[in-house]
Amino acid sequence: MPPAIETTGLSKSYGTVRVLDALDLRVETGTVFALLGPNGAGKTTTVRILATLTAPDGGHARVAGHDVVTERRAVRRAISLTGQYAAVDETLTGAENLRTTARLSGLSRTAAARRTDELLDRFRLTDARDRQVKTYSGGMRRRLDLAAGLVRDPGTTRVVFLDEPTTGLDPRSRQELWDAVRELSAHGTTVFLTTQYLEEADRLAHRIAVLGDGRTLAEGTPAELKDRYAGHRLDLTARDPEAYLRLTARAGDGTGAPGTPDPGTLTLGVPTDGTAAHVRALLDALDPHRADIERFALHTATLDDVFLSLTHRESPAKEPARVR
Amino acid sequence: MSADALTTTAVLAGRGLRLSRRNLDAVITSLMLPVLLMLVFVYFFGGAIDTGDTRYVTYVVPGVLVLCAGFGAAGTAVSVSDDMRRGTVDRFRTLDIGGVPILAGHVAATVVRNALATALVLGVAFLIGFRPAATPGGWLAAIGLLLVYITTVSWLSAAAGLLARTPEAAGAVTFFMMFLPYPSSAFVPIDTMPDWLHGFAEHQPVTPLIESMRGLLLDRPVGDAPWIALAWCAALLAVAVAASGALFRFRTK
Ligand SMILES: Nc1ncnc2c1ncn2[C@@H]1O[C@H](COP(=O)(O)OP(=O)(O)OP(=O)(O)O)[C@@H](O)[C@H]1O
Ligand SMILES: [Mg+2]
Repeated sequence: MPPAIETTGLSKSYGTVRVLDALDLRVETGTVFALLGPNGAGKTTTVRILATLTAPDGGHARVAGHDVVTERRAVRRAISLTGQYAAVDETLTGAENLRTTARLSGLSRTAAARRTDELLDRFRLTDARDRQVKTYSGGMRRRLDLAAGLVRDPGTTRVVFLDEPTTGLDPRSRQELWDAVRELSAHGTTVFLTTQYLEEADRLAHRIAVLGDGRTLAEGTPAELKDRYAGHRLDLTARDPEAYLRLTARAGDGTGAPGTPDPGTLTLGVPTDGTAAHVRALLDALDPHRADIERFALHTATLDDVFLSLTHRESPAKEPARVR
Repeated sequence: MSADALTTTAVLAGRGLRLSRRNLDAVITSLMLPVLLMLVFVYFFGGAIDTGDTRYVTYVVPGVLVLCAGFGAAGTAVSVSDDMRRGTVDRFRTLDIGGVPILAGHVAATVVRNALATALVLGVAFLIGFRPAATPGGWLAAIGLLLVYITTVSWLSAAAGLLARTPEAAGAVTFFMMFLPYPSSAFVPIDTMPDWLHGFAEHQPVTPLIESMRGLLLDRPVGDAPWIALAWCAALLAVAVAASGALFRFRTK
């Protein structure tokens, strides 16, 4: 089966800012793909190019088998998008917003009314259906926007784009969105989402790409990425400043993994996979005489850790990383 | 336009009307202001203006209707610019709705709003002594011309809404359209204006429009004024539609 999304050498600049620099992505049909990246990494730009809203400067992208530049209409017929910023009308009610979007996506009057009821129910907005959106809470508004993005018949929508769909949602709403995404994917729809949360990508995505410097810094299944780039972080607190220097020296000379030093608190963060065996090995390697480490704490890695770890490994060797 | 595009435009026009109904400012500007303005013209200025043997209220109603088309059109610019600034236009575009239906929806909503305002102004005008002598055909022709003018200024205004970066700026751009009726025969006879203004006042689109509407409503000969007015509107409309198509593509590049 051909991939749902495929980009080769995709690039885009705004003025002198090179946002995307030869981006290559491949998303298989029916999978959930998460694009991770810090603010300004180019996630929204990527989504907008793939959703035919912005033209790339160079490279090619195909979505649902069609070129996003030369076969724009065909791509639009196969996708739906919920952007990062709300696209609902504040002074219309929730139901009016959904009905309008449903009518605009080609549903008949009765089909639009039925779809509106379904979506209101699914996103727990039935009670608020006849209230103007400006009276909604931030999370309700986000849910309505997501519902509007999913208004199209799932049978004909082959790729759904969600740009930071869960930013601003409470845990319950987030869970509901995750369920909706899984359901889409179970029906064979491909979901391409962006997020700032590693946990979300971890729970939801079949594959993840981390975006940085306009290209993919890493790509793989959540398990692969965690294996490769620190699933956990071990924070080591030194007994005193001299001990701290000895620890950082050992961490730097290849005995242990490269760490993140914080001289202020005499704490050194070291990536680990979190297994007892690895933690024990790390402690032994960094503190062979069992004299320098006073305390340690194990954290689940955040997106920050993956990033730090990625930039740490890639920056001295940017060129080889590109050859692959 | 295909059936699809017509449905799309109708749905978008319905949305535009609902949006404006919920916006108190817009309701006041498009419905109350024209009526208030007419009262101001008739009672404050009317006594000082000599319009021959026609009562001033009868003289001024066409002008007020044209003026209120300008107010309504200003609303089009603001709503277009609002859509462009938020994510709305992105959603529409991924639904494969082009610039023309999006703008046509706003224009259609403006035309409906303006038709209501026109009815309201005419109603109040009758109460305060407006006594036209129009034949049924004259009424139809006058209202038809007015609708063509409203459509034209709304499209111009929609193009302005694309040009402006903010809704506030969009409002300012449409100032010109609201101003246009003043240097014409809408409120005072042109020969009472300074000489240097005659050239402009006699050769701008609003003058033949006003002359035709007034002539039709009073059942007097109108000569070729309606055709000149129509030619003006057709030319401006063509420019506005072409310009807004190009501007839409430019703004969504
Ligand atoms: N229309 C534009 N004009 C100029 N610069 C832009 C435009 N759109 C995006 N940029 C720039 O491109 C870069 C990437 O922006 P983008 O919105 O794609 O990032 P992002 O990864 O989605 O960030 P965030 O997490 O904050 O949403 C930023 O530096 C941004 O300032
Ligand atoms: Mg973004």
